[in-house]
Amino acid sequence: MIPFEYLEHTADIKFRAYGKTPEEMLSNAAAALFQSMVEPTTIAVKETWKVELEASDLEELAYQWLSEIVFLFETESTVFATFSVKLQQDRNESWKLQAEIGGERMDLLRHAFENEVKAVTRHKFGIKKNDVWCIQVILDV
Amino acid sequence: MADIIKINDNIYEVPIGYRPGMRVPGRIFVSAALREMVEPGTIDQVANVATLPGIVNYSMAMPDAHLGYGFPIGGVAAFREEEGIISPGGVGFDINCGVRLLRSDLQATSVQPLINTLIDALFEAIPSGLGTTGQLHASDQQLTETFINGSKWAVEEGYGFEADLSHCEESGHMPGADPSQVSVKARKRGRPQLGTLGSGNHFLEIQRVEEIFDEPVAKKFGLFKGQITVMIHCGSRGAGHQICTDHLEVLSRAVKKYNIDIPDKQLACAPLGSPEADHYFGAMVCAANYAWANRHIIAHWTREVFDRYFPGSKLDLVYDVAHNVAKIEEHEVDGQRERLYVHRKGATRAFGPSRSEVPDAYRAVGQPVLIPGSMGTSSYVLCGSDRAQELTFGSACHGAGRVMSRSQALKLFTGKNVKAALNRDGIVVKSTSPGMLAEEAPQVYKPSGDVVDVVHNLGIATKVARLVPLGVSKG
Repeated sequence: MIPFEYLEHTADIKFRAYGKTPEEMLSNAAAALFQSMVEPTTIAVKETWKVELEASDLEELAYQWLSEIVFLFETESTVFATFSVKLQQDRNESWKLQAEIGGERMDLLRHAFENEVKAVTRHKFGIKKNDVWCIQVILDV
Repeated sequence: MADIIKINDNIYEVPIGYRPGMRVPGRIFVSAALREMVEPGTIDQVANVATLPGIVNYSMAMPDAHLGYGFPIGGVAAFREEEGIISPGGVGFDINCGVRLLRSDLQATSVQPLINTLIDALFEAIPSGLGTTGQLHASDQQLTETFINGSKWAVEEGYGFEADLSHCEESGHMPGADPSQVSVKARKRGRPQLGTLGSGNHFLEIQRVEEIFDEPVAKKFGLFKGQITVMIHCGSRGAGHQICTDHLEVLSRAVKKYNIDIPDKQLACAPLGSPEADHYFGAMVCAANYAWANRHIIAHWTREVFDRYFPGSKLDLVYDVAHNVAKIEEHEVDGQRERLYVHRKGATRAFGPSRSEVPDAYRAVGQPVLIPGSMGTSSYVLCGSDRAQELTFGSACHGAGRVMSRSQALKLFTGKNVKAALNRDGIVVKSTSPGMLAEEAPQVYKPSGDVVDVVHNLGIATKVARLVPLGVSKG
C-alpha cells in the first residue's frame, strides 16, 4: 500500500491517501496535504502541536482535520513533517480526533516551499473503504 | 446523456437533460478552438449549477472556463431573491480575488532602463510568497473596520486617495458586511496578511500599453500607446479562505435542513432569506472589502516605489474589478426588473453605459474590464457593454484559464528555464519560488487573445487596449 498519490488536475491539486485504518488514512492525508506545500525532507521535527476535533461523521472530521493543518501552518508559522492521529467514536456516533503533529518554525531560507494551499475543497471529497481506507481530496491552490 | 448543441460560432448550449435535475440549460461561451479545450468535467460543473433552486435563464461559463470546484472557473449564475440560493461554491475560497490597473504618466522608454531596479524594489516593498506576513500589524479593531469599509478604511488610514474610491467596483466597499459572522480563526489568518500579495497566480506587473484598439474609449480610460501601467492581481488572503471554509461547514448542514438536493458538496448553499444565507453573505462581504483594502494598500506602496525612482510621477487608478464574488444586482428577466443574486466565480462584471453602477468618469462608455494575461503574455483592457446585460447578466471572462496541470508543468518546465525564456523576451521576473515560475509558465494557460476575442465578438465587452509585461513580481 502506498501512503498517498497525486492525481492529474488542471488547476488545483488532487490526491488520494490510503490507510489500513482510518487513523492511518488521515495521517497519510495530512502528509499528502503538507507535501504539496513544503518539501518534507527540508523539515526537522523539533516541536509538537496537539489538535483535538469533533464531528458528526468521519468525512466531516477529515475535512476539519485537513483545514486545521492549513490554519496552523498560516497562523503558527510552522512547517510539519509527522502526523499521528487517534480516533474515537462515541456512543451517539460522533467522532473525536486527537492528533500530535511534529515540525518546526518556518525558516524561509531552509524550507523549500511548493504551493500556497488556500483551502481544502469539498468538491469530490469523500472516504471509501474497500481493501483499505481511501480519502480523496482536492486542494484549492 | 443529451449532446452539447452549437447555437452559433461562440455559444454552445448544455441542454436540460445533460444530467438529471437541471432546471435551466447551460451556456458555454467559447469559439470552436476553445471548445476543444473545455474538459468534460467543466461541462459537468456547468450542468451541476443548473440544478440549483431559483437559477435564472442559464448556468453560464465564460470563454476562459476550466475545471473548478462547485462552479467551474469562469462560471456565472443568477438566482431569484424569492426562491433562489446563495452558495460559496459560486464565489470560491479567494473571495474578491480581483485585478487593479494603475496608469502612469510615464513613457515605457524612460522606465525600461530601470526595470530591474524597479521590480527589485517592488518585490522588497510588497510582501509576497508562501507563509509571508505583512508589515501592517493591524489591530483587531482595524481589521473590523477593514471588513466594513474596505478601501475607504485604507484611504482614511493614509493609503491612496479619496479619488481612487470611485474607480473601484462597489467604490471599494460593498454594503452588507457583518463582522460578527467572521470567525476568530478567519481573523487570525487575515490580520497578519493584510497588505500581502500572496502566492500562486497572484502577481504585480509593470506593463507597457502595446496596442490601442479603440482610441476614444482608451482616452476615456486615460490610456495611450507606449504608456507604463501597473497591474495588481490578488484577493482576500487567508481571511477569505477561512471565511469560505467556515461557512461551507454551516451550509453543508443547511442543505440537509432545507432539503436541497445538491450534486456536489462544494455547492453547499442555503435559501436566500434564511439565517444561514444571510450569515454567509455578511461574512463574504467582509472578505470582499478586505480584498479591496488589500489591493489599495499594495497600490499605495507601488506608488511610493515609483515616486522614489520617478519623483512626481503619477499612478492613477484606472479601475479595480472583483472576479470572485456574489452580488445583489437588478437585471431584466422576461421584461421585468428583478433583484438577483449574481454569482461570478472567475468572471468579471462588464457593465455598459446604461448601468448606474458604472462610475461617472466612464458612464458614457461603460466600465473598464480588466483581463490579466498569464505571466509573460498580454493583458487586455476591455469596455463593458449593454449587450452583456442580455447575454451574461453583465459578465465577461477573467483571465486566460489554465489548460495544463501544475504537475504536468513541473515535468515540462523548470523555474530557471521559464525565467530565462522570459528574460529573452525582455521580461524581468522576480519570484520567491522557482517551482512557482514553472507551474505558472505562459504555456500552461490558454492564449489570452483567443479568450478575449470571443468576448469581443459576442459584444459583451469590447477591446480597448493590449498591455505587455515588462517586469513581474510573483509570490
